[in-house]
Amino acid sequence: MYLTTVTKPKNTDRVRGRVAGNVVALGAVSLITDISSEMVAAILPVFLFLNLQLSPAAFGAIDGIYTGATALLRLAGGYIADRTQKRKLVAGIGYGLSALMKPALLLAGRSAALIGIVIAVDRAGKGLRTAPRDALITLSTAPEKLGRAFGVHRAMDSTGAFLGPLVAMAVLALTSDSFDAVFVTSFCIALFGVLVLVLFVRDHREPLEDAPRVDFSQVGTMVRTPAVARLLLASCILGLVTIGDGFVYLILQGREDLSIAWFPLLSVGTMAVYMLLAVPLGTLGDRIGLRTVLVGGYVALGLVYLLLVLPIHGVLSLALSVVLYGCFYAATNGVLIALAGPVIPAGLRTTGIALIQTGQALAYLVSSVAFGVAWGIWGPEAAVKVSIAAVVVGIAASWFLLRRTDERVDS
Amino acid sequence: MTEGLSDRARLIILATGGALLLAAALGFVLVSGHGDRPEHVSPRSADATGGDLLVVSDRTLTTVSSADQSAPRSVHGVECVRSYAAGDTAVCLRPKNAWTHSLVTMTGDLNDVHEYKLPGVPSRARVSDSGRMISWTTFVGGDSYTSSGMSTRTGVIDTKTGAYLPSIEEFSVTLEGAPYRAADVNYWGVSFADDDNIFYATLATRGERYLVRGDFAARQVETLATNVECPSIAPDGSRLAFKQAVDNDPLKGWRIAVLDLASMEVDVLAEDRSIDDQPVWLDAKTVGYTYRAPDGVPSVWEVPADGTGTPVKVADNAESPAPLT
Repeated sequence: MYLTTVTKPKNTDRVRGRVAGNVVALGAVSLITDISSEMVAAILPVFLFLNLQLSPAAFGAIDGIYTGATALLRLAGGYIADRTQKRKLVAGIGYGLSALMKPALLLAGRSAALIGIVIAVDRAGKGLRTAPRDALITLSTAPEKLGRAFGVHRAMDSTGAFLGPLVAMAVLALTSDSFDAVFVTSFCIALFGVLVLVLFVRDHREPLEDAPRVDFSQVGTMVRTPAVARLLLASCILGLVTIGDGFVYLILQGREDLSIAWFPLLSVGTMAVYMLLAVPLGTLGDRIGLRTVLVGGYVALGLVYLLLVLPIHGVLSLALSVVLYGCFYAATNGVLIALAGPVIPAGLRTTGIALIQTGQALAYLVSSVAFGVAWGIWGPEAAVKVSIAAVVVGIAASWFLLRRTDERVDS
Repeated sequence: MTEGLSDRARLIILATGGALLLAAALGFVLVSGHGDRPEHVSPRSADATGGDLLVVSDRTLTTVSSADQSAPRSVHGVECVRSYAAGDTAVCLRPKNAWTHSLVTMTGDLNDVHEYKLPGVPSRARVSDSGRMISWTTFVGGDSYTSSGMSTRTGVIDTKTGAYLPSIEEFSVTLEGAPYRAADVNYWGVSFADDDNIFYATLATRGERYLVRGDFAARQVETLATNVECPSIAPDGSRLAFKQAVDNDPLKGWRIAVLDLASMEVDVLAEDRSIDDQPVWLDAKTVGYTYRAPDGVPSVWEVPADGTGTPVKVADNAESPAPLT
């Protein structure tokens, strides 16, 4: 059965135990869906530029279409999921939309406008499903086991991301480079993910029965709660001190004079470390406090930035950077939501999680643009030094802001 | 809706659905497997008799006659997605597999000289008139603000010295008269002048696209104009053929135009379809280019360089034109 472990909240010392079946089911859906979406992501640039001869400017415009829309849709989706208490349905629509966009990409032909719309809908589906999915994880798990639960989910999720490009490569090899076959296979895999969701993920709508229907005033009240406000502020600050993978990999590549063929290995290595450490670090968070692990992740990030400017070179420093960067992801990505879960009222869980994810994403966008500008004015090294200072401030601020949050989870 | 189902029923539905989807995916893969990609059995040939235009047709280097489309084509059995040739040097951007491409330099009779690994997906290739300088542009990921954004990489090979410059992004930039530095600088579409040192190219930064004149030996570029992409220098060096975004908005498409370097005046040519290609001078009065039909099939066209006349198709099922002299 899949609704096993929700009922054992007492055993705080021994956080081992099994992760809720619902979390495993959601992890399986994410794993399958990520295989599907990453196999398309891996070939999309080649497909758009080589097969369709799209120019970078057109691609940039397509890319820009969804950035703002996704954020808004995530909030709307979160609110609707809470109001109807149909989190599984909203997540399912999100997964379904993304699945349908795989064959649609084929039908869009060579029209840049149509491709733009298809990609926008695909990202909209992703925006729609993320918050309800994370809300279901928090609602299916006892607070003291959230770190491990999110660790399991994120490990499964990144395993899918890892396998996706390999599956795409296999399909291309079998079909002498038929992109159509990659899209069709990706569509079939995505549908299988939706099927697993429909059959094995259990919704949580309990609050609907004993609580008044969710409305905007409750959202306002929630945001004004000191614990939630501090959490939102902390996640925005943490988003602001992160400069973006592209920049980190680019500086690493430039510093080590890495051949362009090795360049993708930086992100593959980071993802592998993330995949391996998500469960151990989540479990550690349940033991010693999620705040400690979260802030520790940002210490690892600060060290990565430090390695970008220290006069240490060579394979060892490169490997250390990749490991620390993977640690950063494993210690922060699911952990922040695990930390946030119990602070947000159950009936508003999706809206609250969507707010935190959107706040962090927008802050991250701001910091990436700011870092690009700083790079232009001062050069890469000075810009990274400023980022190191920002990370230090971010660590101190979030440690202070989240102190009560953690007590509440631990006690 | 699935609440009433037993675990057994769920597993049966999952297994059935999974099997159907697997069968569908496998079926499609197997059908596509009987590939459409032609095997290149024809021998490598330098026989360009009757032809004066080197093109890529079905991913294969081919020589065609621009005067007589019905004349037999010489298929060279060399796989390229983009090529160019001038002054006894040919260059071919070739897929190694679905993920990586390489640049192969060749002699005029299409024998391989050197192979270089290329970062990213091929976009442009040029050889200077003397055959000495080679430039290429590819699309690469990850160099721009958003992690999902794409950027370009442009490199140069000096076949005389053997020097290989993997990216011209290190050149110093003078933008509208002032020194400029930014993380998001991208170059594409290089064209070398007669002296094999001065070159023209597109520089993009902060959403604006500039025409730059570069000095290869001095490793510097300066901007000359905006909204001028993929320049191609005329045989006499006085004009540039290029593509120009309609209303300076690439989403509205491109027009082929010619810029007079002395007066900086622009003549839009008589082709009114959107052309996304680096044009080429077929002779002092004629500009050639690839037009890609909505169904994706490319063809090579020519149009007078002074804005008069009408476009004429010179080769069906062909792209990446280079005049053979």
